[in-house]
Amino acid sequence: MTDMLTIYVLIPLLPLVAAVVIGLFGRKLPRAAAHWMTIAGVAVSFLLSCFVLKDVLAGHTFNGAVYTWMTSGGTVFEIGFLIDALSALMMVVVTFVSLMVHIYTIGYMHDDPGYSRFFSYISLFTFSMLMLVMSNNFMQLFFGWEAVGLVSYLLIGFWFKRPTAIYANLKAFLVNRVGDFGFLLGIGMVLYTMGSLDYQAVFSIAPQFADATVELIPGHPWQLMTVICLLLFVGAMGKSAQVPLHVWLPDSMEGPTPISALIHAATMVTAGIFMVARMSPLYELSTTALSVVMVIGAVTALFMGFLGIVQNDIKRVVAYSTLSQLGYMTVALGASAYSVAIFHLMTHAFFKALLFLAAGSVIIGMHHDQDIRNMGELKKYMPVTWITALIGSLALIGTPFLSGFYSKDSIIEAVALSNIPGSGFAHLAVLAGVFVTAFYSFRMYFLVFHGKARWREARHEHGQAAQDAHHHGLGPHDEPHESPWVVTFPLVMLAIPSVVIGYLTIQPMLFGDFFKGAIVVNAEAHPAMHELAHHFHTVFHSPAGMALHAVASLPFWLAACGVGLAWFFYLKRPNIPETLKQRFAVIYAILENKYGFDTFNERFFAAGVRWVGDRLWRHGDVQIIDGTLVNGTARLIGCFAAVIRHLQSGRIYHYAFAMIIGVFVLLTWFMKV
Amino acid sequence: MHPIVNDIYTALPEIFVLGMAMAILLIDLFLTERTRFLTYALSQFTLLGAAMITVATHTPGVGYAFSGMFVDDPLADVLKLMSYLATSVVLVYSRSYLAERGMFRGEFFVLTLFALLGMMVMISGRNLLTLYMGLELLSLCLYSLVALDRDNPRATEAAMKYFVLGALASGMLLYGMSMLYGITGNLDINQIGSALVKGAPDRAVLILGLVFVVAGLAFKLGAVPFQMWVPDVYHGAPTAMTLLVGSAPKFAAFALVMRLLVQALQGVVHDWQGMLILMAVLSIALGNIIAIAQTNLKRMLAYSTISHIGFLLFGIMSGTLNGFIASMFYVSVYVLMTLGGFGMILLLSRRGFEAENLDDFKGLAARHPWYAFLMLLLMFSMAGVPPTIGFYAKFAVLQAALQVGLVKLVVFAVLMAVVGAFYYLRVVKLMYFDEPQHDAPVRAQPDMTMVLTVNGLAVLLLGLMPQRLMELCAYAILHSIQ
Repeated sequence: MTDMLTIYVLIPLLPLVAAVVIGLFGRKLPRAAAHWMTIAGVAVSFLLSCFVLKDVLAGHTFNGAVYTWMTSGGTVFEIGFLIDALSALMMVVVTFVSLMVHIYTIGYMHDDPGYSRFFSYISLFTFSMLMLVMSNNFMQLFFGWEAVGLVSYLLIGFWFKRPTAIYANLKAFLVNRVGDFGFLLGIGMVLYTMGSLDYQAVFSIAPQFADATVELIPGHPWQLMTVICLLLFVGAMGKSAQVPLHVWLPDSMEGPTPISALIHAATMVTAGIFMVARMSPLYELSTTALSVVMVIGAVTALFMGFLGIVQNDIKRVVAYSTLSQLGYMTVALGASAYSVAIFHLMTHAFFKALLFLAAGSVIIGMHHDQDIRNMGELKKYMPVTWITALIGSLALIGTPFLSGFYSKDSIIEAVALSNIPGSGFAHLAVLAGVFVTAFYSFRMYFLVFHGKARWREARHEHGQAAQDAHHHGLGPHDEPHESPWVVTFPLVMLAIPSVVIGYLTIQPMLFGDFFKGAIVVNAEAHPAMHELAHHFHTVFHSPAGMALHAVASLPFWLAACGVGLAWFFYLKRPNIPETLKQRFAVIYAILENKYGFDTFNERFFAAGVRWVGDRLWRHGDVQIIDGTLVNGTARLIGCFAAVIRHLQSGRIYHYAFAMIIGVFVLLTWFMKV
Repeated sequence: MHPIVNDIYTALPEIFVLGMAMAILLIDLFLTERTRFLTYALSQFTLLGAAMITVATHTPGVGYAFSGMFVDDPLADVLKLMSYLATSVVLVYSRSYLAERGMFRGEFFVLTLFALLGMMVMISGRNLLTLYMGLELLSLCLYSLVALDRDNPRATEAAMKYFVLGALASGMLLYGMSMLYGITGNLDINQIGSALVKGAPDRAVLILGLVFVVAGLAFKLGAVPFQMWVPDVYHGAPTAMTLLVGSAPKFAAFALVMRLLVQALQGVVHDWQGMLILMAVLSIALGNIIAIAQTNLKRMLAYSTISHIGFLLFGIMSGTLNGFIASMFYVSVYVLMTLGGFGMILLLSRRGFEAENLDDFKGLAARHPWYAFLMLLLMFSMAGVPPTIGFYAKFAVLQAALQVGLVKLVVFAVLMAVVGAFYYLRVVKLMYFDEPQHDAPVRAQPDMTMVLTVNGLAVLLLGLMPQRLMELCAYAILHSIQ
């Protein structure tokens, strides 16, 4: 057992060591040292994670502390690991995607002056994310949660000389504070009511609190579990970018593309999904909380998908797609299909990382022009990117036999079988979402890889290009070119699981006992998952059967329609979108303004908080605290000092007199008895 | 062992210092300006030799000499060692300052050694007469040292004030002692102690004597309302003399308090406790508040001393062994910080210029970052900022006071410490954030720079590891006071 413990400790520690060494000494070491050290760290972590997963499959789980940080008032704060199917799977996914992104970065950041800093950050991110998923207590979960947030903040603002990047990372930071505030309140509530921060202790004691109520507002008893779960979910909404806390994710695309793939698609943003799945014993106790989770997820899944249709920046299209897919996962959580959510998390990690990296490859080929209206016909120039992007897109829209199909179809089925309030709406939303997903994915695909080579017309705004070296685009006589092997290799490596991972793992993960003990479902109250398994075993029999049955199902045809419509609009009759845009100008404007979330936030929250802050500063701080309390006290003492310093007159008879008075006072005071 | 041999053996450090002081007095007559360094070297050698003798004759037990007039216990040995060290540092810091001002003469060293002898007698006195004799020896030497720069009117004035007020205080102390003798019929510390514990003699006379003894002690310590001499003498005396007056004699004063109040007057602890509380509170308040209004660093440090004495009294007035240990810790830390603080003034002064005004420290960080950093450590320590040693010293005495339930007083002391932080931090602000007013280079002797560096860093390092010093104080107190 101690051998395994060493391995558990090594897995997060190796990336940390690499990050610290490169972070501190990166400038002095040769450039290659930055990528070799960090890649070696993550690669070993990945291999060890695979080993741990194999060990877990053999039935060896682990739950224990490795280090006691402090004990305060009876509460023990520990660093500990909980290694079971859920965390082992997450570890493998995180380290694999991270490894691919590390390799990819060699090519993508090749000429960047912050080369070693970037590697240090992404290794640090890997450490933080591993600490988050391996944790066995809320304290460490929160540490990992904040640490990934911090690295995300640093990486969004990686090009810290760009005002837009600074704006975006500040926005991400502030919005995540809102989520973290709820999350921290939830953790505090858990500690306050159940007296422990250890998962095992909390989960075992939680059923006793199933009917407990709490009066946050006197006279209005609320179910305790609902309050706790909703507070924790506010944290998940911030981190996993659910409406209305989603606003930071599209802007986070200001960061370099590799981290968009790693942090803002594959891993960090799924931390919220992971957390809710980990807390399944708590969420199962509150149907109300599950309803809220489902509705929020459904809204995100559908409405963020719409926004993907009107975006022209290649990374933003993928970003809105990510928002929409996170919505799908959240819906699955709401339906108590936690394993399905994690399943989709895994498949999504592969194909979305693939799509992002492919987008990055396109951006390299286009010399950092990100506007899809300027692309077209790239399949001739970038064959590997083209094929892998096609695979990623097909997986994303749920083509039978590909990984996305299994996870997304399972979500739709689970929602259909769910009976909690809001599931009807959620089912409609996820079905419509299938069509929308197919449409925006293939809109992008066709615009980028097919059609006319619009980049030849070179309609760049050169005024801006001169200011910003990163958006210069192709020159008049340049042609796009395929990226180097360090970029295409990860694409190929990610394309493989995007194709096969769903087919291979759906049976054990969803319908076997892979997650037994890690995820708890109350089958009586929330039977969706149970019925889904029953359906699978009686009707489909096998993954292949599921895929074959899909051809006759609604989602398949919705996806096909989406692809067809995209083909018709953007390849066959490219003038139609323009006409529609003018015909439905109002709808287009709403989508263009992203439903007005940003405007509302800026007008209401930002301006409001600034107004309140300004008042508090002027009246509260400057006048009352500084003016009266602080400076007032200081002035008072200063005056006092100025007066009594005159006691020191310099005349010796005054001094002698003071001494004699002193003796006299002591005598009269103490001789009284 | 024959009684005479035993007496000599017990008082060997004192006899050695006396002999060396006499020898230096004679030798110095034959030295010229250029060979004067020998006097300095011999003085340092005296201190080293005395330290070696003290260590060599040290035992954990208590030894008496001269028919019980003289005692050699661990408290005496530890305090003496600290006094040697402090005096030695004083000599190092003062050397170039004195040389630049024509005071690098035999008198300084002989008087300093005799003052040290006075301190040693005070520390080891076990009879009212011995204690008084040591006190007078010390005081007379200090008066003369303050007036050593004869043509400096400010120094002469300070010496005159010091002398007159000191005579008054000595009179009070002596009067109080005579009262004690009158009611107990004894001059021996232990005998007085046991007489007071046994039966209650005439209480009115006893308290009368106690008040006068406390007044005399308070004058030596510089506690309010007997503090009047402190600012004038600290300010008026040449800085090298201020350094001496402000450092090692505090050990002797602490010993005097231990001998008189704790060993002799333990029987009336509740009475002197009340008096000390009154004086401690007044000292902390007055010292800290008036220090704010000062523009002269020496004067500011004088008021700072008064407030430090208030904190020192907090430990003593708790009347517990813990409190005495904390007080001893405090006094050692106080001397360490005072040495550093005045040492810095000496370092920055040069011929015809005294760096004694706060403005002289403006922009020091730009001119001499290392000295500014040392001064920053010293100021932080005086203000009681963790992790410097000053924090632990304050913490220890306040904790001792808390243990006997003086909660309100402790809260008051902490609030006053916050007030005090202002003027210490102002020095830091002047050094780091203000523009320099002049850019004269500092030409320090290497030995002085080195000792000052050790002194400044000790404030930080001891603060990180206060355990050893605390153990030493505990050892001295626990093996000497029952």
